[in-house]
Amino acid sequence: MKKFINNNDDFLKESLTGFGKAHSDIINVNLDPSFVSRKNKTKDGKVSLISGGGSGHEPMHGGFVGHGMLDAACPGFVFSAPTPDQMQAAAEHVDSGAGVLFIVKNYSGDIMNFQMGAEMYSGKNDSIVTNDDVAVEDSTFTTGRRGVAATVLVEKIVGSLAENSGSLEECKKLGERVNKNAGTMGVAFTSCTVPAAGKPTFDIGDDEMEFGVGIHGEPGRKREKIQASKTIVGNILEAILDNLKPEKNEKNLLFVNGMGGTPLTELYLVYEDACQILQSKGIQVTKSLVGNYCTSLEMQGASITLLKCDDEILKHWDSPVHTAALRWGM
Amino acid sequence: MSVSFLISQAKSVQKVIDENSAEIEVLDQKIGDGDHIFNIQRGLKLVVELEDSIKDLPLAKALNMIAMKVLSGIGGSSGALFGTFFMTMAKSPDLDKDVDFNKACEMIISGIKAMKERGKADVGEKTMMDVLIPVSEKLNELKNESEFKSGLNEVIKIAEERMLSTKDMLATKGRASFLGERAKGHIDPGARSSQLIIDTICKSVINN
Repeated sequence: MKKFINNNDDFLKESLTGFGKAHSDIINVNLDPSFVSRKNKTKDGKVSLISGGGSGHEPMHGGFVGHGMLDAACPGFVFSAPTPDQMQAAAEHVDSGAGVLFIVKNYSGDIMNFQMGAEMYSGKNDSIVTNDDVAVEDSTFTTGRRGVAATVLVEKIVGSLAENSGSLEECKKLGERVNKNAGTMGVAFTSCTVPAAGKPTFDIGDDEMEFGVGIHGEPGRKREKIQASKTIVGNILEAILDNLKPEKNEKNLLFVNGMGGTPLTELYLVYEDACQILQSKGIQVTKSLVGNYCTSLEMQGASITLLKCDDEILKHWDSPVHTAALRWGM
Repeated sequence: MSVSFLISQAKSVQKVIDENSAEIEVLDQKIGDGDHIFNIQRGLKLVVELEDSIKDLPLAKALNMIAMKVLSGIGGSSGALFGTFFMTMAKSPDLDKDVDFNKACEMIISGIKAMKERGKADVGEKTMMDVLIPVSEKLNELKNESEFKSGLNEVIKIAEERMLSTKDMLATKGRASFLGERAKGHIDPGARSSQLIIDTICKSVINN
């Protein structure tokens, strides 16, 4: 393992402390319990949005704390759900009286810890669960689909509604609509290495890819030989379109997300391939996001997310945002 | 059950888990994301380190401190589930009186019931509950018996059988559920760590 690391026990604390110093104009980092919050207090009457999850997906979620997005984020250890005391402390710190909406990715550990955090928090609160990964089957009898990159879009769009006086109920409703309108699938060329493990999470041949990989390096649909980008992108889009079934006149946001180890050059190539394929199917792309936003440590690979947008979603996508990782309009 | 019993069990379990850590790590990498063993090891280390602060406390207070440490120090599913287990045990009535075998069984049974509710998982879903629920049912049969040591041998056997039975299961809960058929053929790492914990504690009770 080759990583910038001093000792494993301090890995997260040192990284969070650096994050806090690098973005001291936007956020504060609290340790023990760990949470990232906005530098400025949540204004009275604004619903607070809190997300969180295992670390290793940076900039998600701490990088999305700031005006127009989250009020706080609770980072767990690498790839491990955060603990209930973090959510409780973050909620107590940011809630201005309008209530707290927890945004949780669909993993058993995250669900359980956020539930306990919500039970321990005495103020008004509610939660939404993201599950946009079309690589795995959805079923009421199982844990269901994984929450992955579309969580970034949910946080941006609901963040804007909260900033514009949306109530807790309205924020929850919009978040659920964005989640339902989004589909994601990813591909990995290499594994990632969890610092505590010191070795790659999975073995993969030089000429292989994991199709439908999860953001913790969990296996996906199948292991295949690597193919031309157009073929890979075509297969990913097929799985997403099967699931989302967008109408021809519908507007869409196309989000190409890097897993951490793939250069932007390749991500833009993926974006171009995806645009061409969607165009050939008569599907409109009106908004775009390309970059490393929901990563899996140093994994090489990418995910594609398509979000069907109505006018309200488009308005809240375009509205100003000022966070460590997403900034526009102000 | 006493505070010194809890501390000595935590130490023994820590030793056994450390000895088997490589195996559990590999199991989790096959069907999960590899964090389970680190979470369990971190939790055990934190609990063992509590020794000085809990050794002179009443049982309910010590269990509560363990629960809070586990809940805030581990993370992941294990933190929430084992935190719930200790929190429920700490809430048992009459902990200021002597906690005999019968009472200890009742505490463990209610702890496992709370874990089942928190995780919304039942037997047959390829999780640690595949081991813990049958163990809790056996303890329920055993709790009033004066000659319980032979019964504990059965508990050990049940835990091992149920742990092995997760190998051919499809996972419907937890991280392995995303794998479908590909989760088959691997023992669930949470079932393995739970079985090791039960094995260690039962053997130590039998031999004392």
